Amino acid sequence: MSADIVLTVEHVAMRFGGLLAVNDLSFVAREREITALIGPNGAGKTTVFNCITGFYKPTVGRLQLVHRGGASFLLERLPEFRIAREARVARTFQNVRLFAGMTLLENLLVAQHNALMVASGFTVLGLFGSRAYDRAEAAAIDKARYWLDRVGLAERADDPAGALPYGAQRRLEIVRAMCTDPVLLCLDEPAAGLNNRESAELNAFLHAIRDEHAISILLIEHDMGVVMEISDHIVVLDYGEKIADGAPQQVRNDAKVIAAYLGVADEEVESVEAEVAR
Amino acid sequence: MAREGKPIARRIDLIAALKEAALAALVAFGLFVLLIGFRTDPGPTGALVLSTRFGALAAIVAAVFLLALLRALVWQQAAAPIERMVPASLKAALSRAAPYATAAFVGFALIVPIIFYDNRYLLDLGIVIATYAMLGFGLNIVVGLAGLLNLGYAAFYAIGAYSYALIALTFGLSFWICLPLGGVLAALTGIILGFPVLRLRGDYLAIVTLGFGEIIRLILLNWQTLTGGPNGISGIPRPSFFGLPFNSADNGFAATFGLPYSPTHRVVFLYYVILALALITVWVTLRLRRLPIGRAWEALREDEIACRALGINTTMTKLTAFAIGAMFGGFAGAFFATRQGFISPESFTFGESALVLAIVVLGGMGSQLGVAVAAAVMLGGFEFFREFEQYRMLVFGAAMVAIVIYRPRGLVATRKPSVLLRARKIVPAAIVQDARSGSPA
Amino acid sequence: MEYFVQQLINGITLGSIYGLIAIGYTMVYGIIGMINFAHGDIFMVGAFTALIAFLILVAVGVTAVPLALFLVLLIAMALTALYGWTVERIAYRPLRHSFRLAPLISAIGMSIVLQNYVQVAQGARVKPLPPLVQGGYTLLEGHDFAVRLSNIQIIVVVTTLILMLGFSFMVARTRLGRNMRACEQDLKMAALVGVDVDRTISTTFVLGAALAAVAGLMFLLYYGVIDFFIGFLAGVKAFTAAVLGGIGSLPGAMIGGILIGLIETLWSAYFSIEYKDVAAFSILIIALIFLPTGIFGRPEVEKV
Repeated sequence: MSADIVLTVEHVAMRFGGLLAVNDLSFVAREREITALIGPNGAGKTTVFNCITGFYKPTVGRLQLVHRGGASFLLERLPEFRIAREARVARTFQNVRLFAGMTLLENLLVAQHNALMVASGFTVLGLFGSRAYDRAEAAAIDKARYWLDRVGLAERADDPAGALPYGAQRRLEIVRAMCTDPVLLCLDEPAAGLNNRESAELNAFLHAIRDEHAISILLIEHDMGVVMEISDHIVVLDYGEKIADGAPQQVRNDAKVIAAYLGVADEEVESVEAEVAR
Repeated sequence: MAREGKPIARRIDLIAALKEAALAALVAFGLFVLLIGFRTDPGPTGALVLSTRFGALAAIVAAVFLLALLRALVWQQAAAPIERMVPASLKAALSRAAPYATAAFVGFALIVPIIFYDNRYLLDLGIVIATYAMLGFGLNIVVGLAGLLNLGYAAFYAIGAYSYALIALTFGLSFWICLPLGGVLAALTGIILGFPVLRLRGDYLAIVTLGFGEIIRLILLNWQTLTGGPNGISGIPRPSFFGLPFNSADNGFAATFGLPYSPTHRVVFLYYVILALALITVWVTLRLRRLPIGRAWEALREDEIACRALGINTTMTKLTAFAIGAMFGGFAGAFFATRQGFISPESFTFGESALVLAIVVLGGMGSQLGVAVAAAVMLGGFEFFREFEQYRMLVFGAAMVAIVIYRPRGLVATRKPSVLLRARKIVPAAIVQDARSGSPA
Repeated sequence: MEYFVQQLINGITLGSIYGLIAIGYTMVYGIIGMINFAHGDIFMVGAFTALIAFLILVAVGVTAVPLALFLVLLIAMALTALYGWTVERIAYRPLRHSFRLAPLISAIGMSIVLQNYVQVAQGARVKPLPPLVQGGYTLLEGHDFAVRLSNIQIIVVVTTLILMLGFSFMVARTRLGRNMRACEQDLKMAALVGVDVDRTISTTFVLGAALAAVAGLMFLLYYGVIDFFIGFLAGVKAFTAAVLGGIGSLPGAMIGGILIGLIETLWSAYFSIEYKDVAAFSILIIALIFLPTGIFGRPEVEKV
């Protein structure tokens, strides 16, 4: 049974001057599924992310996001903050972008900015003290505490985010994105720099949030262990074009994919396949 | 063995140090030979006459040589930067002392007029310091919290002052009505000016605000019919004590309270007004920091792109910071107008903007106490060195450079989180970012 | 019509001076991404250095104007270049890895230092110089207005052209120029492939300062009077020129300079001389808002 489509990417192309970074890309991401976007370096994966999340405006193409209730958004027309706020697409970054001088708790409160702004009467009411705002802030702190507990960072809630070790920073960035109650969570290389144990924990965590919070996840990743383990659906890019699209098993055995990653001679394909299947 | 080795090592160090010092002295000579070694003055016919000042030149080059030698020798001994020479225990003690220092500062400020009642000069100085502190608090919202470099803050100061003057003179409204109006007009100007430019990158935004500051000043200078041009506006109504004028008349302040008339009454009143305004600015800033808008400002300063990815409308956020900062600048300007009774474009030059910026930078961007202390130090210092007027600005510029190199976080180098889940903690300066510059400072 | 042609000539001359200063801004911005707020004051120092050097030469008996001017040019370029080097070393280099606005704040401090240093050292009054280069040519004779092209105007424009060409050659063909371009593209990578980044950056400042010195000498000869404050206005206008022409582009700086010179001159001639600086600042703001990459600039894509 195929789940409903959440994100439709249709004939998207991105051109930077003379460079065509993404060429005629189309794929879909479905509800409650983890879709992985993989490919060699420079294939255009982060560019696609930036188009989806509004940081780049695609040269051509359509990006449609659909909510369960029927609300539909054309992402190529919206600025990034509205994509995050209204279309509820959240993202993390390749080079972690935390508010390093602010505490973990503050980071997660900033993520709940819009709801809190309304509760504070757009600052005016909050300035003179309002019960409604105090309640809203307490609720926001509870939500932050919940997510910090989920990733084992509650003990360090009052530490500056910049003081965290790398793996913890990545986890914090993910839960900060979750604090915006997204429908689609876009993760840019969440496993980069993680060791095996941390990657396994990440896999479990992503599965858990997919199931408990009914969100869709779109992720860019190089770690094949993670990709094969958790993805429901894989899209492979090479030089800005899609060369494969399907279930992990399918993609794993696709000769074009192997060739794109490794550029090997035919004789060596077997041994490489074995390695990819690890 | 070691003892034999030591003298040799020091001798080599001395030669290297001497070489460094000689190089520095040579550079100093090149820099100063023409501009200090000689002086141009208008002669009897009006044409320039050259005179020499080789004594001064020699003295300065020698001084540079000695200082460079000293620095080279000190550097050889101490490899660690100055920061680390301050022990951690001292730093911790200083940060624990901060709240008490703040209370003491405010307490002292409250009783200044009582202590110095007979010293008109010091009372006036107090008013000036409080005015600049308020300007600093206002600019702190824009630069310190939101991280937007505004080089034209004097424009809002000017708009507040001129609005007050024109409204008070034209409509005869009371101080308590004109003051807020000055602030509102300044805020509106901030929104109009800010809207098109706030999406610009940091340094471009800085230059644009500089441009705005100058444009406003030039308009005030040249629009003679409205602003009186270079002569400014005089005869601005002075404040009254809630309706009671500060004069020797029978319905005056002194008579009503049974006191002998003294011009000091008005000065003391003005002092408490500006002190109140400054404290209100601080209170508002502290409240805003704990509200979503304040956190958004600080997040904006840390990483604007992350803010946008979290659904924050960064343009609105910046605009709010700009407008609120402008508003407080306007209040200060309105106060300035009524205190002086006379305003002219000369009081609102780029130098003023630079001075307020220096106060914020020196004080530690984002720290209230730091800004107040910096205002006191800078303006007190200015007064103290009044005889050396020409050298004041020179030292001031050099101080700005030195502070931003050696203590970029200003005098107070820590950030207090706006909300805590558990215990109190202080964030060391090294981790707080001012927008992505690669690695933390 | 003749009046208009005269304004064109005047504007191009003024614009050449702005262009020389603008090159300094654009080169520094291109290589380390900072606005050298003190550059306008380096130009002012150049003017003062030229003035004093000239007075000294006259006092020691060098009266032949061309020889004196040539020596003054060399001395002014050398000493002002030293100022440029020193300012970079003490105020900017330590801040290369600091937060983004740090160099700008330091530059503002440095600008204040330079202005007040000259004010203290030489006095706040204006410094006049009798016209050294006299004469010129009458190009057009109208009913009541004659278009004059003065010798000094020719000197300014020709000197600027020669320096521009020399500079472009240097950037395109020499090793130094290649190093500069490499640093502009990617500082870290340039360092990794062996470019002496510190030296290249220093040289950029030095060259920019030398050109500003030439501009200072030209300004002194053309207007005949200088004071410690000319750097601020000239600096802002030259920066506007750099932005208008495309920050980072050398021909852009020159074209931008000429444009600003023309706009300022024509505005003063036909509208209002009091508001001519308002016009300059307004162009700056408009250029930054609507044309941030300028005429010849490369559009920057922000890496997310």
